[in-house]
Amino acid sequence: MSDRRAALRAALKGERLGTGGSPRRGERRRRLSRGSPSRVEGREVGDRGLASERRATEATVARLASDHWRTDGRRLEWRRRRVAVGRRPAVLFRIQTWIVRLTMSDSARTPLYSWHVAHGGRMVEFAGWWMPIQFTSIVEEHRATRERAGLFDISHMGRIRFRGASAPRFLDRMLTRRVTDLKPGGIRYSLVTNDQGGILDDVLIYRMLEPADEYLLVVNASNRLKLLDWFGARTDAAEDLARSDETESTAMIAVQGPAAIGIVNTLIDAGPSVDSMKYYASSPARVAGVPVLLSRTGYTGEDGCELVAPAESVESLWATLLRGGEAAGAVPVGLGARDTLRLEGGMPLYGHELTESINPFEADLAFAVNLGGRAFPGSNVLESASERPTDRVRIGLTVDGKRVPREGFEVFDGDQRVGEVTSGTFSPTFERPIAMAFVRRSALSPSRALTVDIRGKRETARITRLPFYRRTR
Amino acid sequence: MKPEELLYNETHEWAHIAPSGGGNVATIGISAFAVEQLTDIVFLELPAVGRTVAAGEEFGEVESVKAVSPLYSPVDGEIIEVNTDLPNHLEHLGSDPYGKGWLIRVRLGDESSLARLLKFDAYQKQCAEGH
Repeated sequence: MSDRRAALRAALKGERLGTGGSPRRGERRRRLSRGSPSRVEGREVGDRGLASERRATEATVARLASDHWRTDGRRLEWRRRRVAVGRRPAVLFRIQTWIVRLTMSDSARTPLYSWHVAHGGRMVEFAGWWMPIQFTSIVEEHRATRERAGLFDISHMGRIRFRGASAPRFLDRMLTRRVTDLKPGGIRYSLVTNDQGGILDDVLIYRMLEPADEYLLVVNASNRLKLLDWFGARTDAAEDLARSDETESTAMIAVQGPAAIGIVNTLIDAGPSVDSMKYYASSPARVAGVPVLLSRTGYTGEDGCELVAPAESVESLWATLLRGGEAAGAVPVGLGARDTLRLEGGMPLYGHELTESINPFEADLAFAVNLGGRAFPGSNVLESASERPTDRVRIGLTVDGKRVPREGFEVFDGDQRVGEVTSGTFSPTFERPIAMAFVRRSALSPSRALTVDIRGKRETARITRLPFYRRTR
Repeated sequence: MKPEELLYNETHEWAHIAPSGGGNVATIGISAFAVEQLTDIVFLELPAVGRTVAAGEEFGEVESVKAVSPLYSPVDGEIIEVNTDLPNHLEHLGSDPYGKGWLIRVRLGDESSLARLLKFDAYQKQCAEGH
């Protein structure tokens, strides 16, 4: 992240960009080596014999392989780069882009990929998956979700199932919240921490209603492989524990918004109606003829539900939900609006507000850490951290004017740098820029206004209680 | 203005060159492709009249919900007119990018940099390749 910032700063200052030592290169290489060639048939072929070009452009690739929103990011990076390093012949530019394409095509496709492409989804690579960033416009999709209903393909989220008598004890040992007392059908938001108490991921742990000895862990796409390794290294062979990664055999849809529950309810063939379910509860159900795991969960700040379905039947489920929601104004929604919705909802996003160098208390997630008589990686460190106020805190910022504080922008208290922005956007609901930032606790005095350095110009930023948006119905 | 008659930056700014007052004046805007890629444009910052710009130099920025993009001048010269109405009517960028959506007018200085601009066909090809 700091490399990207440095590159951005250098580019804006017109300096030559550095090319070495980006940690992103390593990440990228790991992901390339894990890519499944079968998913990208015909794309890998042209890759042979390009090894030297690949190496030559690896620095470029690394810079383009931003964690998020690569299409938009790529355009920006190219533009910045051109200013920074001077002009290059258009032909070279095109060849490099072509090589970038070849080396980047290892991302996976969700079972809804073809549907997205056929329905105008603008596809970008996100955490190793081709995902729609938008179908019509981020603002329209955002408003549709707030006012009516939005359908989200969230199949990229990792789904890992745990079975066996040892499963609850194993998960209890791995997660920051208790699992052993989770009731059948219950869901809990939790964190996975490393030995230093840094956040490896934020997750949802589901205990199945039926069969009640099975658990499903829903994790961030970007952390799935890391967590599989992490759990694998901490599994005792003598334990009665089976773990299966069901990310590719299943798919996942979120239906969110004031009309969401009504839309899903009318399509339930078997199982409870969603409004009879508690928030953070799940149940097996049959929706539009498809067997699903139905849960009253979401990531938008709206009421709604999420459905895990077999990969092969998700397209018909998706189409039926959209058709069923047509009269209520339901629309497909891409990752762009998913991000603006969660940001208004004050919800942290891994890689931004949550990283391995941020502890849960700094991230304002004390509620997600249960230390009482438990041991999990980093619990000792977190025990002592819980006894004193953290040095830095996660806050919301609202900025006057239209210029948006983006990730990595510095926050000042007077002349003193007190922190930085981790996520920022133009809020479609409030029609002004909003952001989340980590700042020094000493900067929290309400009498002082903070400023954000937005490309060289300080803009006044007011500390705003999170969430920015809270639904009223 | 017809898109076929314009010159383009790889970075999606267009320029229309026309003689005026004994020299040449370039009207500059951003292409329909760029506007479509950006979508959800929320803010536009334009320079002041009288500033000189070099080809490739940043003269403003366009902010969308997802990202901010600098605007790069396709030409060398002095800014003689700015579409000051546009920041309050961002919809013109989408509805009329080659007309009401113009950004600035520049009295050309050194014209040698015009040679590196793309003609419509070359620019179309670049857009078709998705960047």
